Amino acid sequence: MTLYLLKRLAVLLASTAVAAVVVFAFMALLPGDPAEIALGVNATPEAVAALRQQFGTDRPPVAQFLDWSGGLLQGDFGTSYVTSSPIGPQIGDRLGVTAVLVLGGMAVALAVAVPLGTYAAVRHRDPLGAAISAVSQVGIAIPAFLAGILLVFVFAVQAQVLPSGGYVPFAEDPGEWLRGLLLPWASLGLVQGAVLTRYVRSAVLDVMREDYLRTARAKGRGSTGALWRHGLRNASVPVVTVLGLQLATLLIGAVVVERVFVIPGLGDLLLNGVAGRDLLLVQGVVMVLVAAVLVINFVVDVAYHLLDPRLR
Amino acid sequence: MRGRTNAGLVAGGALVGLVVLTAVASFFWTPHDPTLVDAAQKLREPGGGYPLGADKFGRDTFSQLMVGARTTLYVGVVAVGIAAVLGVPLGMIAGMTPRGWLSELIMRVNDLVFAFPALLLAVMFGAVYGAGTLTAMIAIGVATVPAFARVARAATLQVMVTDYVLAARAAGRRRPAIAVRHVLPNIGSMLIVQASVSFAIAILAEAALSFLGFGTRPPTPSWGRMLQESQELLFSTPRLALWPGLAIALAVLGFNLLGDGLRDYLDPKLRRIR
Repeated sequence: MTLYLLKRLAVLLASTAVAAVVVFAFMALLPGDPAEIALGVNATPEAVAALRQQFGTDRPPVAQFLDWSGGLLQGDFGTSYVTSSPIGPQIGDRLGVTAVLVLGGMAVALAVAVPLGTYAAVRHRDPLGAAISAVSQVGIAIPAFLAGILLVFVFAVQAQVLPSGGYVPFAEDPGEWLRGLLLPWASLGLVQGAVLTRYVRSAVLDVMREDYLRTARAKGRGSTGALWRHGLRNASVPVVTVLGLQLATLLIGAVVVERVFVIPGLGDLLLNGVAGRDLLLVQGVVMVLVAAVLVINFVVDVAYHLLDPRLR
Repeated sequence: MRGRTNAGLVAGGALVGLVVLTAVASFFWTPHDPTLVDAAQKLREPGGGYPLGADKFGRDTFSQLMVGARTTLYVGVVAVGIAAVLGVPLGMIAGMTPRGWLSELIMRVNDLVFAFPALLLAVMFGAVYGAGTLTAMIAIGVATVPAFARVARAATLQVMVTDYVLAARAAGRRRPAIAVRHVLPNIGSMLIVQASVSFAIAILAEAALSFLGFGTRPPTPSWGRMLQESQELLFSTPRLALWPGLAIALAVLGFNLLGDGLRDYLDPKLRRIR
């Protein structure tokens, strides 16, 4: 297990390093010189050269990359060419908001999928079990931002019980913070919950056909007891894999949902950065998102090994 | 079991057929010019030549939906095409030489691309080359390559240990010939299923990108942008969000059902309670 962990950790570090090269190289393709853009068309060549030196963009790309990636290791994302403010703290603030959004969405997805999926599997011959499968199929077809618009229509426009958007920091007013996040959580979570329900159902169905579960039932445990004691851990192995993939999907879905609900998270920062041609900011946010996806995949692989002793 | 399997296939086929028919029909006829701005028809209620009403610029919603179907299919076909053309050969090479360095390299690069979701790639492409349908399609296509490569590799690994491939190798057939004559026909059904599922994901991605302003540019109608434009009018004219939302959901549902149905239909081994 330790060897596996070390190997997998090495893969994580290597892929993050390569991803950093890719992100940097990609943004280096961007047409236009940040110094020229910052100073406008009427700038003197001397002023542009001076600013270029200040930004460090007059140096060879390799030196710029080493500088940037070296800073990343210390949590320094550089200083924006456009706003002249340090990028790291901005990303830090926004990351917290997005993380809360994603984790809340995941919690909603699990709260929906585990009971519904298990029920749909145990009662797969009942009309209700079949209905859950059918509804989940429809849920998969609805993108998170569309779910968001629908939820705003029902709860903000019609019922007028929740705000249609906006974000209040937790420290300012915990109640409003919660009210503002309920709809974004639901839009991310319900859709992912629909996807997850299908995987939970199929994993539980597979487990129910196993001999050990029949043995447990034969030993006198009720079918619910047998499933609880022996089934859930086994069914959780494929579900955890999907969960990891979904966490990555949720992170990207959050970018769009932040736009629907005007939430100041990483997605909002990224899109504003692109609109304002803030190269270094975009580079930093993309790097954080990609690294997050890589770390999620790493955690899933490790969890997979912990849950399934046969893989150890 | 077969009855239910076919029901999904038929429903999926019907929905996809409807989208395709609408898109084809839009080349020959739409009730109005979908891009025509007409102040007199601003936010017009449904009826009288405007079956679904008009938007804030007086553009006919029904005509926009019809041409939007074209955009959706166009993006899906090109994105899935890019993914299949790049992903399938790479996956087959990796599957036919599972222990070679090339196979290892392909799968590692694959994992790396997998860390760049379509939306992120499209935003990066958009920042560098300018946002538009083309950058969105390429980004979605590139992000979908790993899915095709993985499926192609897994299916190829299975085919390579069959007796007919062993016989072909014993008879001295070279690898490219085996790939074309034996591997490709036998992994085809898996690839068709993957194409259908990827198509659904591509539709979702295009809608999200157009919603964010990184996809199809105005005035070309797109379901995602129709939704984005409708959001500010959600309090006064919610029907503007209803129709493009419904169109996206039905199109995605169609391709998902078609993919599931095809999987069961093409692979009888999987035809069990699922």
